Amino acid sequence: MKKIVCVIVACAMLIALAALPVSCKRNDTVANLEGDYTGLEGTSLYIVNWGEYISDGSEGTLDIIKAFEKTTGINVTYDDSTPSNEAMYAKLKSGAVAVDIVIPSDYMIQRMIKEDMLQKIDTSKIPNYKYILDEYKNLYFDPQNEYSVPYNVGMVGVIYNKTMVEGTPDSWNLLWDSKYTNNILSFSNPRDAFATAQFLLGQDVNNTDKALWDAAAEKLKEQTPVLQSRVMDEVFNKMEGGNAAVAPYYAGDYLLMKSINDDLEFFYPKEGTNIFVDSMCIPKSARNYEAALMFINFMLENEVALANAEYLCYASAHSGVVNNPDYSFKDNEILYPDSEHKPKTQYFYDLDPEIRSYYEKLWEGIVR
Amino acid sequence: MRIANKIIKWHVYVFLYLPLVIMIFFSFNSAKSTSVFEGFSLKWYGELFSSSDTLEALRNTMILAIASAFIATVLGTLAALGIYMVRNKIYKQSMLSVTNIPLMNPDIVTGVSLMLLFVFVGRALGFSQYLNFWTLLIAHVTFNLPYVILNVLPKLNQTDKSLFEAAQDLGAPPPRAFFMVVLPQIVPGIISGAIMAFTLSLDDFVISYYTSSGFQTLPLKIYSMTKKVVKPDMYALSSLIFLVVLVLLLGSNIFQMRAENKTSRVLRKEQKARKKSKEIAV
Repeated sequence: MKKIVCVIVACAMLIALAALPVSCKRNDTVANLEGDYTGLEGTSLYIVNWGEYISDGSEGTLDIIKAFEKTTGINVTYDDSTPSNEAMYAKLKSGAVAVDIVIPSDYMIQRMIKEDMLQKIDTSKIPNYKYILDEYKNLYFDPQNEYSVPYNVGMVGVIYNKTMVEGTPDSWNLLWDSKYTNNILSFSNPRDAFATAQFLLGQDVNNTDKALWDAAAEKLKEQTPVLQSRVMDEVFNKMEGGNAAVAPYYAGDYLLMKSINDDLEFFYPKEGTNIFVDSMCIPKSARNYEAALMFINFMLENEVALANAEYLCYASAHSGVVNNPDYSFKDNEILYPDSEHKPKTQYFYDLDPEIRSYYEKLWEGIVR
Repeated sequence: MRIANKIIKWHVYVFLYLPLVIMIFFSFNSAKSTSVFEGFSLKWYGELFSSSDTLEALRNTMILAIASAFIATVLGTLAALGIYMVRNKIYKQSMLSVTNIPLMNPDIVTGVSLMLLFVFVGRALGFSQYLNFWTLLIAHVTFNLPYVILNVLPKLNQTDKSLFEAAQDLGAPPPRAFFMVVLPQIVPGIISGAIMAFTLSLDDFVISYYTSSGFQTLPLKIYSMTKKVVKPDMYALSSLIFLVVLVLLLGSNIFQMRAENKTSRVLRKEQKARKKSKEIAV
């Protein structure tokens, strides 16, 4: 009896904890809006995005979703529980949820367009679309700019700890260097890991030649003895704490790590690297197309795009942000390398299921 | 031998609690990292309480866990009782096997199949939204049921059937006999089943992801932070939850000790009284 009472009391305490009034005021106002955000008060918008992928008001940043709700009066359901593109795809494909805005990675957008899961976006109704830089228009997955609006741009590079690595490396073969055995990290997902080997071997990361994939797999097997482990977000702790010397990861995340550990340096390998663009799309199941357009326009407002770019620390596709003197990453040589230092880049395309299962099978042989 | 036992015991405690201690330690870190401790700060606790989505996720998680544990416990106890009473061996075995299916299935199979079921039923019945809080609740009750049944059934098997019959012989109608004689005996099983269901529901990610839309729970929030760092206000939250559970367990143990001391005192008094009456009789 006493035990039941205790459990009930505990639950009551925890619920009370959760129901505490929010004390701190969140930053949720945007001045200088260019667009017209009237007319859709009271309607709903369902957004699916990655976790920690939008400026959400933490540590004094702008809470974009709250600002949007305040400006337009629209009720937003913001679902950021997506663990991967594939899970996002599975949920959308099943028709289980009616999503208005989804923000997948480039190759997933290509697949969704192929499978007719996305609606055309009428960019003439998005006045702020004019701010999108030309170099991010007409990309391979959406050549006519009909289905997506760029949200975030990133590039993969190599992070290394200058106190643990000699000289100034500039090539992918640093990840194979036996001098740093047991201090090298790599990606835990097959696509990114294969790409590191494919770039080193001078291959096209989107080739469909099984012999080339075999060669890349052999190269990866050569790497296994010198690897410490395969990671994704664990890379933050390992590099910041000096537990590993070399790791491939995204440029924006390097900047975050550098603020904790100043010994970390970064380079774009000379053989080339992966570039990705996550974009906002409107699925066919969308219930509130007009509100979705309004949201895209809101995200492209100068102040909002700036806040988001500052929060994400990745590169922005927004001309207003890139040319803004107040932008703390303006002309940052890592995020926006000048033409001399610009790396050769390749996008990941959506590969055929046949090649996908082939390289996944190869991957099983590598990680065992 | 005793020393070896002690060493093993302490190793177990260290393995269980060291991660928690480290997490609590780093929840006071002024930087966002778990490898470099930059300075003591209550910043993340502040962030936690001003982050309305985290608090909302906590509230949602609690509501879901309590509701699904309660429903699963009631249904599970009834189911266990039903299985216990079945005479036909084949029927009993098949019911037990069916109970084991959600246990054996990987979460993703359960999650995706439930999602497809809800879409199918939703379409057939013409709902506009196929997934919501109720589908999530149904999913949680589904995977909680086997654990409740498997906790209550052994307790039922341990009860003495003759006690139940004796109660009826003495005039109690079957329901009354059940509530007054059998139920008190199986209460420990019911409680452990309920706690297990609560914990599983609190912890679940995969099934919740595929059967909810928009109802954010803590696991959904935390697992999505797979490409970037887990925000330290999660450490602050986990530390607080751990503290609450710790206080509760200590409290309930103290209650139990007091209750046991009380009963032993009463028993000793009765024994003395009996001895005295024996002496007097002699």
